[in-house]
Amino acid sequence: MANAKPKMQHRAKLMRTWPLLTPAVGVLLLWALVPLAMTLWFSFQRYNLVDPTISGFAGWSNYKFLVESPAFLASILNELVMVAAVLVITLVLGVAFAVLYDQEFPGRAIARLLVIGPFFVMPTVAALIWKNLLMDPVNGVFAYIARSLGFTPLDWFTHAPMAGEVMIVSWEWVPFATLILLTAMQSLDRQQIEAAKMDGARGPQILRYVILPHLSRPITIVMMMETIYLLAVFAEIFVTTSGGPGHATTTLTYLIYQKALVAFDVGGASAGGVIAVILANIVALFLIRSVARNVDL
Amino acid sequence: MCTLELKNLRKAYGNVEVIKGVDLTINDREFVVFVGPSGCGKSTLLRMIAGLEEISGGELLIDGVRVNQVPPDKRGLAMVFQSYALYPHMNVADNMAFALRLAGVPKAERDARVAVAAKTLQLDALLDRKPANLSGGQRQRVAIGRAIVRQPKAFLFDEPLSNLDAALRVQTRIEIAKLHNDLKSTMIYVTHDQIEAMTLADRIVVFNAGRIEQVGTPLELYHNPANLFVAGFIGSPKMNLIGAEVVQTDGSASMLKLEGGSGFAVPARLAPGAKVTLGLRPEHIELAPEGGLAGKVEVVEHLGNETIAYADIGAAQPLTVKLSSDAPVRLGETLHFALRGHAASLFDEQGQAIALPGT
Ligand SMILES: Nc1ncnc2c1ncn2[C@@H]1O[C@H](COP(=O)(O)OP(=O)(O)OP(=O)(O)O)[C@@H](O)[C@H]1O
Ligand SMILES: [Mg+2]
Repeated sequence: MANAKPKMQHRAKLMRTWPLLTPAVGVLLLWALVPLAMTLWFSFQRYNLVDPTISGFAGWSNYKFLVESPAFLASILNELVMVAAVLVITLVLGVAFAVLYDQEFPGRAIARLLVIGPFFVMPTVAALIWKNLLMDPVNGVFAYIARSLGFTPLDWFTHAPMAGEVMIVSWEWVPFATLILLTAMQSLDRQQIEAAKMDGARGPQILRYVILPHLSRPITIVMMMETIYLLAVFAEIFVTTSGGPGHATTTLTYLIYQKALVAFDVGGASAGGVIAVILANIVALFLIRSVARNVDL
Repeated sequence: MCTLELKNLRKAYGNVEVIKGVDLTINDREFVVFVGPSGCGKSTLLRMIAGLEEISGGELLIDGVRVNQVPPDKRGLAMVFQSYALYPHMNVADNMAFALRLAGVPKAERDARVAVAAKTLQLDALLDRKPANLSGGQRQRVAIGRAIVRQPKAFLFDEPLSNLDAALRVQTRIEIAKLHNDLKSTMIYVTHDQIEAMTLADRIVVFNAGRIEQVGTPLELYHNPANLFVAGFIGSPKMNLIGAEVVQTDGSASMLKLEGGSGFAVPARLAPGAKVTLGLRPEHIELAPEGGLAGKVEVVEHLGNETIAYADIGAAQPLTVKLSSDAPVRLGETLHFALRGHAASLFDEQGQAIALPGT
């Protein structure tokens, strides 16, 4: 197949089209590369907003300082735990809702609207609602339920802060997963399910052998998209726990914020930023690998 | 052994009744074909038999046992779907073995049964392929293979050939006929295609609007349609149906005045003045030197092996005539037609057949 002729043709086509593509590609490159280059540059500078006299080349010290700080490892672990937990929860619930709302039942249109609803609530608002109305240990709905069942209410953000964050973020992202998977469900050939029924499959087997294989592509796409956004979760943490108690809910994103705008250490924050970019790329690489395997059946 | 009995079977979606009481007995090893116009409920009835559609009324018996509430897989029937409905992520072998796998059949036996079915259907070389990498005809064979492997009591086919091209359809039709011969199992087959119905069926069931119009062997339906609907439905080109009035009766014969004014004698005693419909098969009409029905040829279709002519005899519909390919027919010419033998059908005002001697 490696024929010289198509290659030449391809090259000729490229020659004709690249002048037209250059402006768009150029803008995109500037857009992405300038901030990245600046971050890289600052990460090797002594640059502290509190004391402008400290300046000059810092070598690897920003990185060394960051990596050796106790918050760093914790923040990376927290980041991964949160992304993984939210992914699992949203996918399980997303599949469940997609299968459920694909069925015919009275009031389905309204039920669908309700399950999509949280997607349109801003993260800050969502976090405040959960913190103050639902999870508050004195006035919250959860506390009320716990008390009326005879349990002691849990002070979520003190005793299970990460679980609390995961709950809020999952609540925000279940609609997205449901929406994508529900759309995919609607393209499933009903006769396949009927054929499986004739073959003797019951509910769980239909799920395992017909529905999940059909959803495997959209599931990987949901994973990709969500991961990109989940790595950057900030508002929910800021509003509820500010990364605490201790470093219990400090993710890498939050750590960078603390460095830059709480400690005014731009150099250190930039080093964190570079590490975040690397981390995101590693995660993305894993995902793209698995997606590629899934998509090219 | 598989005998199916449908007793006053009914199906309603909300207030709309789509199957309006079907009584039918399907004998062991019989090949029964359901035909009827689109939307008359053939698929619905087949799906009710399969257990994919709930039965709203009446009884379904398989080998004498009432199965209205029995789930699909416990009825022992296999279905071949129009869209094939293969599992896209499983290869051909896994597709065919799926039912056995769910039933807990050991792998060795599964493989053996798949191998036998694959051999019958010439799928041996394709067992590792995914359905996406098969042609339409091959997918169709896998779908049939999936049914065979289960060794069902009866096969249900819902328009299994409608997605194939004409040549492949003929070939697969012959394979299905052979399969029925080899397996000796009961088969119910839904189709739109007259030729499939006529060639495959032991008995044809003609449906219209949720009811059975007539049940019979292909030739019974062809020669003795019970009513106007069956007369118009079976046979291609369609039977000529011409409105007529009885003008005169003498002895055992009656004289009809057809739409357009021609006279036509039929061997039956009818009440003078009665309105009837005369049915003439295009292939039972031949050219006559004079007399009989006269009509001006409007359209001629040369099909090679035969010639179809449409002649205006003054009736609402032109008279369709099937002639041999060398018949001297020219456009615009006025021809005379006579009936070969006594192969006419007659229907009363309600559309029911009137018995004529010799048919
Ligand atoms: N789920 C449903 N709800 C309401 N009406 C339905 C439903 N399914 C089928 N029908 C109606 O039942 C009637 C029979 O449908 P069916 O699919 O059995 O027709 P068919 O004879 O198989 O037609 P075709 O030859 O076009 O396949 C149709 O009028 C159809 O509109
Ligand atoms: Mg149908």
